[in-house]
Amino acid sequence: MALLELRNITKRFGRLEAVKEVSLAIEAGEFFTLLGPSGCGKTTILRMIAGFDAPDEGELFLDGKPLSGIAPEKRPVHTVFQSYALFPHLTVAGNIAFPLEMIGRPADEILQRVRETLELVHLEDKGSAFPHELSGGQKQRVALARGLVNKPRVLLLDEPLGALDAKLRERMQGELVALQREVGVTFVFVTHAQQEALALSHRIAVMNAGRVEQLDVPEVLYSSPKNRFVADFIGNINVLNCLVAESSPHGLRLNVEGLGEIAAPAHPEIAAGTHGVLALRPEYLRVGPATVQASLKNRFLGTVSEYLFLGDETVYKILLDNGTVLEALVANAAPGRARFHDIGERVQVEWRHDAGVFLLA
Amino acid sequence: MKRGFLLWCAALATYAFLYLPLAVVVLFSFNDSELNAAWVGFTTHWYSRLLADEVLLQAAGNSLLIALVSSSIATVLGTMAGIAMHRWRLRLLPFLVLTPVAMPEILLGVSLLLFFRQVLDLTLGLFSILVAHITFSIGFVAIIVRARLAGMDESIFEAARDLGASPWRTFTRITLPLILPGIVAGYLMAFTLSIDDFVITFFVAGVGMSTLPLQIYSMIKVAVTPEINAISTLLMGLTLTLIGLASRFAPELWRSKS
Repeated sequence: MALLELRNITKRFGRLEAVKEVSLAIEAGEFFTLLGPSGCGKTTILRMIAGFDAPDEGELFLDGKPLSGIAPEKRPVHTVFQSYALFPHLTVAGNIAFPLEMIGRPADEILQRVRETLELVHLEDKGSAFPHELSGGQKQRVALARGLVNKPRVLLLDEPLGALDAKLRERMQGELVALQREVGVTFVFVTHAQQEALALSHRIAVMNAGRVEQLDVPEVLYSSPKNRFVADFIGNINVLNCLVAESSPHGLRLNVEGLGEIAAPAHPEIAAGTHGVLALRPEYLRVGPATVQASLKNRFLGTVSEYLFLGDETVYKILLDNGTVLEALVANAAPGRARFHDIGERVQVEWRHDAGVFLLA
Repeated sequence: MKRGFLLWCAALATYAFLYLPLAVVVLFSFNDSELNAAWVGFTTHWYSRLLADEVLLQAAGNSLLIALVSSSIATVLGTMAGIAMHRWRLRLLPFLVLTPVAMPEILLGVSLLLFFRQVLDLTLGLFSILVAHITFSIGFVAIIVRARLAGMDESIFEAARDLGASPWRTFTRITLPLILPGIVAGYLMAFTLSIDDFVITFFVAGVGMSTLPLQIYSMIKVAVTPEINAISTLLMGLTLTLIGLASRFAPELWRSKS
């Protein structure tokens, strides 16, 4: 049985449907992420789990028991807020002790557990500091410690890394994953940053306009997006407009106007004559001189229109002969050469027949 | 350079206009002369005369008692109103609470007098003064408490609930300590307003009941004696101290937000 289950949850604010018939089952010990653009309903779901908002339809279950009517303070669920929401008049230790005091633990136990939790988040020497004396990363850790100190069944994290600068965010991502593994508490993480979601999560629910578009492990979401929204939202992706020429159990044959035919993985629900797009990740493309014999099944010719040297890799923008621009990511795997093609050079772009995903337009 | 000089002159003139009369009062309260005309010499004679003036001391005692009680009650009610105005987007409450703040004092005085006499048929005195002072102080306290709350991160209160605190414990452990400086500032404001008030008190005091401002006024009708300078100086000192304290507790009210 899932630890936390949402069954057909709908939430309206006035005439706006913020969450539409969402069903999710989150397992114990999981690092589960709700990913989507702002306004997609992910924070509303978090607030319903925490008990700040009640669903208009549907029901939430924790350990199989319905949560409706249970006040936020009675739920074994804690939240790490985007603004951290530390109590400014209490010290770090006072903040962390707060949830323990609320359930009436004896003073010596509180002292002991506050000390352990401070160690867990590497803030042993900050117990007597006040929140305004801490850096952003330290506040973040105090918020985490406060949320974890009395071992909730679920920890909700609302864009907790949003306020940190890029370098610190990367470090905190690593710490979050390690922390979750160490304490074993189920994390429900909300973010709009797809890279963060991919890096941290066991499973991700991609949300858009109140609905879950796709729910899967990061690798599958990345390599097999179900629709245009998921494909666009996660990572960079190229799209080629095409028409299905043939659909068989062996694969799809797609006709790209002005360029020719290409092969794509089989898709049983797609019939010949369907219009759609082939979605291709930039790193799946191989770029080479136009004169060389093709080694992969799919190949188009084009001209380099731009390149961006990023250090570890170089992005080529290639203008195909029908006017479509493809981005190709080439790893700079050895020192010395970082630039293989010049602007204006004729090149070929090739990819494996199973690299692309056919999506309805 | 020249513009800076003119600006300084204008500022000095403004401050002089505001504070010179007060300075004169303070100065002449130490003047060893019955007349407020020329400086004769330094004395604290008028202050010791004050301490012997039974009627004045009685009035001062009334004023202190009224200020203490009315500001205490107004602080409790005003704090509740401030929190309610912040938490719920009520339309009527801010109107009802804040109107006495904006209302001309004379209007408030007359209407309270009519209300006490014609509607309630109350004997005017200590009680009617107390009710009147509470009425006009609530709004000030509510404004200060609401301003304090408005500057706070709302998720702090949600965090308290989330971490296991009931609504009541959230209030006592989190909300109250955080707005306490505002409450103290509001209390000091209410105290100052009460102890200084003349117009409204004049209407609702009735016969036989006097407060310090009323007493000073009746003394002035005879002559402006140095004794009045002395009592005014003391009152001014008390007011400035309270305002200074209030601004320390709620600096956001006195400073413009950047």
